Amino acid sequence: MMTPRLVWSAVLLLAGAAQAVEFAEIKPADSKLVFTSKQMGVPVDGGFGRLSGQIRFDPAVPSAASARLEIDLSSIDAGSPEATEEVVGKQWLNVKAFPTAGFQSTSVKALGGDRFEAVGQLTIKGQTRDLTAPFTFKQEGAAGVFDGVFVLKRLDFGIGEGTWSDVSTVANEIQIKFHVVAGAAQH
Amino acid sequence: MSFTTPYSAPAKFAHWLVAALILAAFPLGLYMHELPLSPEKLRLYSYHKWIGMTVLLLFMPRLLWRLVRPPPALLPGPAWQLKLAEATHWLLYLLMAAVPLCGWLMSSAKGFQVVYLGLLPLPDLVGKDQALGTLLADLHSSLAWALMVLIVVHAAAALKHHLIDRDATLRRILPFVKLPSGETRP
Repeated sequence: MMTPRLVWSAVLLLAGAAQAVEFAEIKPADSKLVFTSKQMGVPVDGGFGRLSGQIRFDPAVPSAASARLEIDLSSIDAGSPEATEEVVGKQWLNVKAFPTAGFQSTSVKALGGDRFEAVGQLTIKGQTRDLTAPFTFKQEGAAGVFDGVFVLKRLDFGIGEGTWSDVSTVANEIQIKFHVVAGAAQH
Repeated sequence: MSFTTPYSAPAKFAHWLVAALILAAFPLGLYMHELPLSPEKLRLYSYHKWIGMTVLLLFMPRLLWRLVRPPPALLPGPAWQLKLAEATHWLLYLLMAAVPLCGWLMSSAKGFQVVYLGLLPLPDLVGKDQALGTLLADLHSSLAWALMVLIVVHAAAALKHHLIDRDATLRRILPFVKLPSGETRP
């Protein structure tokens, strides 16, 4: 016995198969941003707990896509209690003065298969830099899942000033992995 | 075997190398722990770990060498001193392995992989677990202090043999010292 709700879900699924679904609202609880820094050659993992934003993405028309992501920098875990306390400070992220980091896409193009590339601007600590980030897209049920990796050079954003600008202890390159889950847009 | 048989050259070399490494790692450990987080602190932590891993690396070959080429017999002395000397040596060996091993475990638990000399990543022995990391940090520190106490006892005994008993105990582990055969008292 199918409930009306199940019938409606089945209809939506069929519709999804027939025509592309557009994805919109980011689900903060399912999305995450993790990073790996290198200290004296030692990879150290960290991440951000709070990520929000809007995505307009139709895999059939990637050129029309746009994304705006916002990261609450105070939600950082830098890998150890001591490091987490340190990186919110002035020399690193200066979270008091710059509580959020943001990414605003300018264009998205298809790379073939489920691979795409987003170009846009990343703003951290008041500095805005161009960013190109390849990502894959998967549809999981009613949600769209975006996974990507890029390398950020921390000194481009003044992350780690003073004695910390020495890249022989903490490397300039920080690998960032994002996993963004967005719900289907309401039409 | 004569009482004045010296230790073999590899045994002498390993003894003094490990002694130097331990005596460098211990004060370094005490000092770096108190530093505020800085690039210097990260560097010193790495050096400390590399020294510790070198001690651990030398442990097995040393033990094997000891089995292949047993050290010269202890010089005669009161039974309790001979027993104490034997016990001290084995405890020194035990701690020489336990202190760096515990440090490695602690580093893993705190989420920092050990990368030997900045080149060779060593496997994490346990998963990241801050509570376990704190426990292992306490253990690492306690064992290191115990090792220091034993080293003081060991060195004091060697000096007592050299200065008070005036026998060859210390000289037979010293590098570049020739012992006349059959000598028991200088």
